[in-house]
Amino acid sequence: MNRTDNGNSASARPRPLSPNIQIYRPQLTSVLSIANRITGLILSLGAVGLVIWLSAAAAGPRAYGVVQSVIGSWAGQIVLFGCTFAFFLHLCGGIRHLVWDTVHGFELRSIYISGWTVVFCSVALAVTAWVIAGWPQ
Amino acid sequence: MNRRSLRSPLARALGLGSAKSGVLHWWAERTTAVALVPLCLWFVASIVAHSGSDYAAFIAWIRSPLATSCMILLLVALFHHSALGLQVVIEDYVHSDVRFAAVVAIRLGCYGLAVLGIVATLHMALGG
Repeated sequence: MNRTDNGNSASARPRPLSPNIQIYRPQLTSVLSIANRITGLILSLGAVGLVIWLSAAAAGPRAYGVVQSVIGSWAGQIVLFGCTFAFFLHLCGGIRHLVWDTVHGFELRSIYISGWTVVFCSVALAVTAWVIAGWPQ
Repeated sequence: MNRRSLRSPLARALGLGSAKSGVLHWWAERTTAVALVPLCLWFVASIVAHSGSDYAAFIAWIRSPLATSCMILLLVALFHHSALGLQVVIEDYVHSDVRFAAVVAIRLGCYGLAVLGIVATLHMALGG
């Protein structure tokens, strides 16, 4: 069927693939699993930002002022809020994983209850942190 | 299995193979995760409490022994946890020869950034 395979059809024939992630309808369980990994990647970038922030503070008030003005810009504020939400989602999801490590909460009902708890708690904690931080100004 | 051996199967298995270091990655990821729960909450609470404060107030905060200690512990746990997590992501999605180099680069990068952050913290805490 493929003329470029030089007669070696066994290796050129497309191998059967098992249905992968794009085949299935997204579910809370799968979405939260992927979200935990993506937020981990985002927070790794946030950790680089933390080191830049600390290094600027150690360098002196001018460098610290530059970094603070970048964080204070509207783009910086959006990124910082994204990092805050990613942190709380990864924190709540991580605690859910630690509970699973003790072999508890594996019934389908428990998994959905803990899943929605993670979603609502992370949204509530992220919004609460920003409301408290912005209160005096 | 040598049936004539007097050693029990458990004694022969102990200290061998994956039971020795195979769970080390998994275990370290959990240990750092548990450490990061209070450390990250302390950090977020401190940032929330210091939002709007100036440079002098920030330096005064980081110079307190509790803040210096917690920040260094946070950097150690954070970058150890990051290195372990990013390694799993690379091992799941990178299937070429680049994989080994990528894992090594992630390890070196994470430990380098941790040292950079710790030195910056100590510079502020101990510097004149």
